[in-house]
Amino acid sequence: MAGGAQGAGVDAAATIFGRACGYGGLWVFGRREYHSNIKGLHSYFHLRLAKQEVLANVNDVDLLAAFDAETVVRHVQEVVPKGGIIVDALEMGVKVLEIPTLPPEFRAELKKWMIENNIGETLKDVLEYAKKHNVKVFPVPYRAILANVGKTLNTPQLSKITRMINVLTIGVSFALLKYDKGLVERAIRAQFPQKIVNMNIIALDQAYEFAEKTFKAEFKHKLEKIDVSEERVFLTGNQAVAMGKVLGGCRVQTYYPITPAADESEYLEAHEILKTRDEEESIVVIQTEDEIAAINSASGACLAGARAATSTSGPGFSLMAEGLGWAGNSEVPVVITYYQRGAPATGLPTRHGQADLRFAMHAGHGEFARIILASGDIKECFYDAAKAFNLAEKYQMPVIHLIDKAMANCSQTYPIFNYRGFKIDRGGLLTEKDLEGSEYKRFQFTETGISPRAALGTKNAVMWYTGDEHNESGHISEEPLNRRLMMEKRMKKLDLVDKEVPAEEKMNFFGAPLSENCVVSWGSPKGAIIESIRMLQEEGFNLGFLQMRMLDPLPAEAVKRVLMGKKRIIDLEDNYTGQLGGIIKEKTGISPTHYVLKYTGRPTSTTEVYNALKAIMTGKATEKEVLMFGS
Amino acid sequence: MVAKPSDYRVSDVYADWCPGCGDFGIMNALQMAFAELELEPHRVVMVSGIGCSGKEPHNVKANGVHTLHGRTLPFAMGIKIANPQLEVLAIGGDGDGLGIGAGHFVNTGRRNLDMTYIIHNNGVYGLTKGQAAPTLKRDLQTKSLPRPNINEAVNAIGLAIISGYTFVARSYAYDVKHLKDVIKMAIQHKGLAFVECLQPCPTYNDINTKDWYAGEDRKDADGKPQSRLYKLEEMGFDPEVRDWKDDFSKKMIALEKAQEWGDQIPIGVFYKKEYETTYEDRLTARIPFYPTRPPAKQKLGDEESNSSVDLSEFLDSLKTS
Repeated sequence: MAGGAQGAGVDAAATIFGRACGYGGLWVFGRREYHSNIKGLHSYFHLRLAKQEVLANVNDVDLLAAFDAETVVRHVQEVVPKGGIIVDALEMGVKVLEIPTLPPEFRAELKKWMIENNIGETLKDVLEYAKKHNVKVFPVPYRAILANVGKTLNTPQLSKITRMINVLTIGVSFALLKYDKGLVERAIRAQFPQKIVNMNIIALDQAYEFAEKTFKAEFKHKLEKIDVSEERVFLTGNQAVAMGKVLGGCRVQTYYPITPAADESEYLEAHEILKTRDEEESIVVIQTEDEIAAINSASGACLAGARAATSTSGPGFSLMAEGLGWAGNSEVPVVITYYQRGAPATGLPTRHGQADLRFAMHAGHGEFARIILASGDIKECFYDAAKAFNLAEKYQMPVIHLIDKAMANCSQTYPIFNYRGFKIDRGGLLTEKDLEGSEYKRFQFTETGISPRAALGTKNAVMWYTGDEHNESGHISEEPLNRRLMMEKRMKKLDLVDKEVPAEEKMNFFGAPLSENCVVSWGSPKGAIIESIRMLQEEGFNLGFLQMRMLDPLPAEAVKRVLMGKKRIIDLEDNYTGQLGGIIKEKTGISPTHYVLKYTGRPTSTTEVYNALKAIMTGKATEKEVLMFGS
Repeated sequence: MVAKPSDYRVSDVYADWCPGCGDFGIMNALQMAFAELELEPHRVVMVSGIGCSGKEPHNVKANGVHTLHGRTLPFAMGIKIANPQLEVLAIGGDGDGLGIGAGHFVNTGRRNLDMTYIIHNNGVYGLTKGQAAPTLKRDLQTKSLPRPNINEAVNAIGLAIISGYTFVARSYAYDVKHLKDVIKMAIQHKGLAFVECLQPCPTYNDINTKDWYAGEDRKDADGKPQSRLYKLEEMGFDPEVRDWKDDFSKKMIALEKAQEWGDQIPIGVFYKKEYETTYEDRLTARIPFYPTRPPAKQKLGDEESNSSVDLSEFLDSLKTS
């Protein structure tokens, strides 16, 4: 784990760490936490490294690289025996309760903990406590090393290079872990623009040298590279969604800046020219004046025949509700990528949450058909983002792709995505030839409810859309019979989705199918649940895990078949009310027996999920367990 | 193709505006303009908002997209960007564009998309029974207001000029020929054109009536009504910016003209600047094939519907092997 003040390069360090490990054949899972702040408040990342695939975070920290004193006091209790803490040698005298960026609630907790453990007032005293718990402390004179770097670079002004404290901690960390420096260098080259690569490599070298000389073999952990032949990628959820959209044919993306969605749009804009097999294509990214314009201009682009999407999080989606209704009423295949974060209102703007499922299902007045997909990991983000456009156009309805902050900002190693052979299904979009000699009716009644769709501008077709109830031509109609038929036409398309989309695309099942215990969940807790039930399996506790991927229309019959007769049904999600559990109860009549919920704004870790599930399996849990891990 | 206005009539829709509504005049002017420009109905998209004006597209045979209250411009923008080959006209009411949709009014100006925006300005929210629209002057009390209007009026022409619209004009719903000519110029203008169309609301605006505009209350010595409207073009007003260095002064003169109201209301073109880059030009500078292969015209899949996109540029930068 590495942490420091926001703006101190924590983000860059996270990527360099992760990539350097990836280059060495290790599997990486990275979690990012940051405040809604530009500079100064605490942020950190937590990487889990292994020789086999890792799916989630754990609570334990083996090595903490602290850019500043706050990082130490924030995380010292997470560092396990035999672990290490890299710390600024000059900050030992800092009176920790006087660190100005500590919020009052945390200061009070810290004070209480210090009194209880009889810890003195300085950072040194806190580190003494760590040492007592068999944690090694590695003081590094960051500024002295930087001064040296400055000398080498002929830059006497230290302020210009203090940002490189992040690279120093990287150097010291990897030196302690006795890791191949060449791989770290490669990650640095991949991260920074050419003109600052050299200075960072000099900083890396000096940090390595210092640590090797000063700490020798004091740290017991070792990181070894592994030879791998397969191609792998290390990426975030934001990046996976962006690539998935491109694959799925998205050619217009609209957005209004919001955390944690905006990174996706910026990434797309940076790649606006797309390579294809024959010729270049492009994605036009439009930064609109608000989310209202974002959804409605995306819908407009869809009407003109482009595949279009918008990306947002809760506050933005709230503004989109009316536009979503228009899209539902006019059967517009618009895709909305919805990154949930801590809510309501501004809530926890940079933190995680999964409390918007019910909102996504019901946003907009009245009743209309929509599809809701929920990805459970970064790889699913990629494929679901692409698939969303096929579903939207085939069934002519808005698709909401639910993701959460944990996935957006986590990064993970995967074998390179195989995307060849991904089919574009436009649901029979009519061409001018198809339309010759007929009088086109955009909302023609059909058996399935799906009317032949043509884009605005197609020769031989003139069409009307309206947010009012309308007749087959798209003109306003308030007639009762027409209303009934139109409602039924739109709504029955959901039956078709239910029937045509295979169950395996709507849900995943892991673990023991015959077990009488089953966890149900959706979204980012997936990885922690899979790892936990594997660990519990080894201890003789059998659990299955039903991960829901299509939440609307919920494949109720298939869910029912899985959950029928289970003794324990454990609903696990990152919200207060157990929204999925409630929906399953409503649609299947089967109620969860236990709830494991988290609403601290931090993602679930394997450790805490394992603990909660074990408590349930051993009868030591209450009906509702609330998870708390993560600072 | 030689077109007649009647080619743009819709046979199976009853235009349900009140008798004497200015919307009929606007409808006629649109149909005439389309005919004179020989626009093919499938290439035209009329995007409207909510209110009486929102029904305009249902009465014109060309593609119509009747959207949400205030959201006319975002829909129009999405359509135009996805397929710049379409002739897009956004049509909305005064409340739609200057009240609930004012943010879009301003921000669309910043983009200078090559499309036309026509606002119906009758000073009231007709369809909800005559509340004050953002264009109703302060202290006026139209028929259904319980108290006189307490808000200042938005100056639509002025707002358009300072928001970046590159063609700004005003016309009058009952002068169909003038309105038709202005709409034609707006459509032909390269860039974002704004037309404020003054219109009486015979049911709810009992102040700015047809007679008021015609000056029936102020007859000259011969008993001839003195119209409150006068045409800028007849006064030799030159709205066009022909050189960058004149842009500022042309804007200032147009803004000055935009202040006139009461007994002297100018109609015609206030401001016109054609050599400003459009949003489409700006996109083309980044994406050279944008005009011929815009988002709506891309193939997406090969003959077998396989996605034809090559993600290697994305993936290569994320590779760890």
